[in-house]
Amino acid sequence: MPAYNSDSDHLPHALKILIAGGFGVGKTTFITATSEITPLRTEELLTAAGTGVDDLAGVEAKTTTTVALDFGRITIAPATVLYLFGTPGQDRFWFLWDKLCHGALGAVVLVDTRRLPDCFAAVDFFESRRMRFLVAVNEFDGAHRYEPHEVRQALGLRPEVPIVTCDARHQRSATVVLLTLVQTLLTHPARTHPIQAGNPT
Amino acid sequence: MTAGGAHQEAWLDEAAGRLVRPYTVSAGRTRPTTAMELLSWVVATGVRPRGRLEPDHDVALRLCGAATTVAEVAARMRLPAAVTKVVLSDLVAVGAVRTRPPSPAADPTDRTILERLLAGLQQRL
Repeated sequence: MPAYNSDSDHLPHALKILIAGGFGVGKTTFITATSEITPLRTEELLTAAGTGVDDLAGVEAKTTTTVALDFGRITIAPATVLYLFGTPGQDRFWFLWDKLCHGALGAVVLVDTRRLPDCFAAVDFFESRRMRFLVAVNEFDGAHRYEPHEVRQALGLRPEVPIVTCDARHQRSATVVLLTLVQTLLTHPARTHPIQAGNPT
Repeated sequence: MTAGGAHQEAWLDEAAGRLVRPYTVSAGRTRPTTAMELLSWVVATGVRPRGRLEPDHDVALRLCGAATTVAEVAARMRLPAAVTKVVLSDLVAVGAVRTRPPSPAADPTDRTILERLLAGLQQRL
């Protein structure tokens, strides 16, 4: 087994993009299609301070939850790796998202137009954190129900938030979504830096 | 990466999944002695610990042959991240694995990074 130099410059550089959306919207499918390795799943214990409602005076309420995380990996260059993290789909894990968001370049919010309200929470979250994102309408089985501009209107998206359609099952289609996100970051740089929330993950 | 070979030795059965309960691997421990994040880097130092390694420790060490992340080791071993961190920190304690903090948060306005990312993704189309 080769010995490794302790110089941290030899480590690859990891980039992170989040794949968000409601439960069952196709996050795992999207990651499967784009990842060069079998999508990986692990469970992480995430701890967050309890919200105000449960707080007892002088007692710091903490909640630890085991959350299943899907992620994929795309090798961008010999020393650059892109990790895709699928955010937990259940709304009750919202408060854990800050940790996952730390250091992410941006996010893809997958939308199923048959269950549009499922993505409201993700859109609200990224808007409130000033995290750059785009909305990708996952057209299940070619089912076409609403035009992108109708979805944009329904979600009240700001003009700078792109909205695209995709088939999350197909590598090319899902990769184009990621490309669009990166192009957006390049052509419309954020006016302010995103808030660095939570601890690194 | 030795994922294929590693899997065969990780007490995994294709149909049944893991043959050892996850927290048995860490002897019930959920708190690693070395702090690690999901995207912390782990890499084998080349130091082979004395004595026989537990099967999961052996697999984890092989997976660290090239620098990888805690998350990847966890997923490849089909173990919860908390358990994987315990296993890896055991390896750190005996000097077999070195851990490094996650890559610094990328600046979403850094054109060099974004253009590299764009080129890398375009190659996959």
